[in-house]
Amino acid sequence: MLSRVADSIYWLNRYVERAENVARFVEVNLNLLLDTSVAGVSQQWQPLVTTTGDRDLFEERYGDASAENVLKFLTFDSTYPNSILSCVQSARENARAVREIISSEMWEQVNAFYLWMKEAAETDYSLEQLYSFYPEVKMSSHLFAGVMEATMAHNEGWNFGRLGRLLERADKTARILDVKYYILLPSVKHVGTPLDELQWIALLKSASAYEMYRKRQRRVSPEGITKFLTLNAEFPRSILFCLLQAERSLHQITGTTMGSWCNSSERTLGRLRSELEYMTLEEVFDIGLHEFLDKLQTRLNTVGEHIYEDFMAVPLAS
Amino acid sequence: MTSLETYDPGDFYDELFASPGTPRPAAAELVRRIQSLPFAELQRRQEAAQKMLFKLGVTFNVYSDNQGTERIFPFDVIPRFVPYSEWEWLEKGLKQRIHALNCFIHDIYNDQKIINDGVIAREAIETAPGFLKACMGLQPPEGIWCHITGTDLVKDRDGSWYVLEDNLRCPSGVSYVLENRRIMKSSFPTFFDALDIQPVDDYASQLLEALLNLAPSNVSDPCVVLLTPGIYNSAYFEHSFLAQQMGIELVEGRDLVVADGYLQMRTTKGLRRVDVIYRRIDDDFLDPQAFRPDSMLGVSGLMEVYRQGRVAIANAPGTGVADDKMIYAYVPQMIRYYLDEDQILHNVPTYLCEDPKQREHVLTHLDELVVKATNASGGYGMLMGPHATDEERAAFAEKIKADPRNYIAQPTLSLSRVPTLIDGQFEGCHVDLRPFILYGKDIYVNPGGLTRVALRRGSLVVNSSQGGGSKDTWVVKEGTC
Repeated sequence: MLSRVADSIYWLNRYVERAENVARFVEVNLNLLLDTSVAGVSQQWQPLVTTTGDRDLFEERYGDASAENVLKFLTFDSTYPNSILSCVQSARENARAVREIISSEMWEQVNAFYLWMKEAAETDYSLEQLYSFYPEVKMSSHLFAGVMEATMAHNEGWNFGRLGRLLERADKTARILDVKYYILLPSVKHVGTPLDELQWIALLKSASAYEMYRKRQRRVSPEGITKFLTLNAEFPRSILFCLLQAERSLHQITGTTMGSWCNSSERTLGRLRSELEYMTLEEVFDIGLHEFLDKLQTRLNTVGEHIYEDFMAVPLAS
Repeated sequence: MTSLETYDPGDFYDELFASPGTPRPAAAELVRRIQSLPFAELQRRQEAAQKMLFKLGVTFNVYSDNQGTERIFPFDVIPRFVPYSEWEWLEKGLKQRIHALNCFIHDIYNDQKIINDGVIAREAIETAPGFLKACMGLQPPEGIWCHITGTDLVKDRDGSWYVLEDNLRCPSGVSYVLENRRIMKSSFPTFFDALDIQPVDDYASQLLEALLNLAPSNVSDPCVVLLTPGIYNSAYFEHSFLAQQMGIELVEGRDLVVADGYLQMRTTKGLRRVDVIYRRIDDDFLDPQAFRPDSMLGVSGLMEVYRQGRVAIANAPGTGVADDKMIYAYVPQMIRYYLDEDQILHNVPTYLCEDPKQREHVLTHLDELVVKATNASGGYGMLMGPHATDEERAAFAEKIKADPRNYIAQPTLSLSRVPTLIDGQFEGCHVDLRPFILYGKDIYVNPGGLTRVALRRGSLVVNSSQGGGSKDTWVVKEGTC
């Protein structure tokens, strides 16, 4: 497979997944917004911008972190490369560059997603309408993943796509979990109060994890949720699950058996996965949840860099 | 005027109607079927077809707008109609023409007999921008240079066909032929059921065969690729569509590299050898070493690999010499010279501005003539004499005087028309036709071709870059209607 093509399929999937996850981010807050009157706490939008890592850019352009500004920035700002609109546009550009490789159904889905997004960006949305908008973004992403699953041969290109999607998802689950770190409680005394619990539930819901979590852990607790979203091997948005599956795709591409490695992508990803596999929650909290998540994101970036070097940046002939 | 019954073909050759209310015999059944549909239903199908094209992303890019603006090529659901007997004759004429053009290209890059025998002047060849010295002495596989041709044809007021120009470098449009047909099949399934319309769908197989035919003989499983300038090219949709239909790799220059004496592509598993390129970038950009040093689109060292016969290129570099509109004027002579035959399809009478006498005639008759730049395409660089203002004509006269080699002139033909749905009614719109011809083991002509239609009222310009649209072209066996 052409390196450029592998790269495009990888990014096509990363961008679709990223668009979905930005929608999930925003939903944490939209969910909370409905409950704040109960809790009597004003809404905080700043944390969302902080977790994207693009806070400086935001402040430079928008200043005040009002709901309106943050929603506009994260959703429809075509000059911000990680807004949902930009992600969908980049996904489509990548799909267009490989439309002869992916199935026409995949192309049609991502094209429809883009056309819908573009129209939405030109529409004035009320806050009320936005409540149905973000679920639609998530559904379009699911549709794309489903169409890819069902119409594209599970070949090398498919594995590159899956690799992109799962690494992106692992990264964004870490960020979603990190949102809680930045959302401030009125005081330390509020830890463990209904307000605290509401925030954790909103976070679970944004990862579509609430129901599955209840079935497994029952009681809502910071420890339980952290464990579920990082170390669970069965839930498809947990970080460990993503890494296990990503590693599987990586080995499908190289043909190397699991448990061994032939290039630095396999080695860095394999090491990260096995560390998580054998990690305890106590160790996570010893490091500090925020610090743990931060470091994880850095290591995921490193995996991405190695994938680029091993497969995309093929050197000239020796 | 929302019915075909009251449609007036006017003082033009109409492809569907002999006179108001009287369809041409061969098209009678088609007209009857269109008339049997309520007008609103026709319009609904027209809109549905456009929507489908948009959804499928059947688009082209426009350079003049913001970079990379995509548009759909407007599509009209009333088909253009060619009776089979007429088509057989056209097909024969096209095969003859491509055969002769190919002999010509091979000759001028090798023995140059046609020049030495005084049929065509050396200067005419050597001043053609498409003539590439770097191609002298090349011997492409089987002696075939031009594997894919799109020849533009028009019908004049009296119903006779003329060749307007030959496109031998990277002719575009065949993807619209195939996609238009797909849309028409879903829009009017019963028409297809009733009429014996020649299928167009085997184009991709024929093209792949022609390309495989070029592979070096010692390669058992040749690797064929389509070379595109990338997603911002106006014809990118077509490049990607054809690669997909043939199941070959779509590559850009940056995917390719010359290594170990071969052309190779960068894959996730290292370099892989390429045997055949269907190139959709212009000669000048193919190899910065041999041609334009600033080209980012091509592959450095490609020409040397090609010269050594280690990779085949379709169309071969250098074929563009025959795209030149001055060289076009010599095609009848080529047919006589190489094939010892009379031409079947006629050229439009052409004045060469380089010739002082002919130039004088052109300059004094600018209000009757179409003047074209010899090396331009896409409807650029031309003057439509009868529709131009005095100032425009005067300005163009200066251009001609400054660079006569660069211009030819032709009488304005009255292009034939086909009823077309515009603003809720049938309008007669002018059309041309670009059939696609493949030269592999044999010469194959895809039955039909791209009918381009001038959608601006009264306009004669059919180019997509100038606001034209397209129609499906139906080659229909007589007796089935």
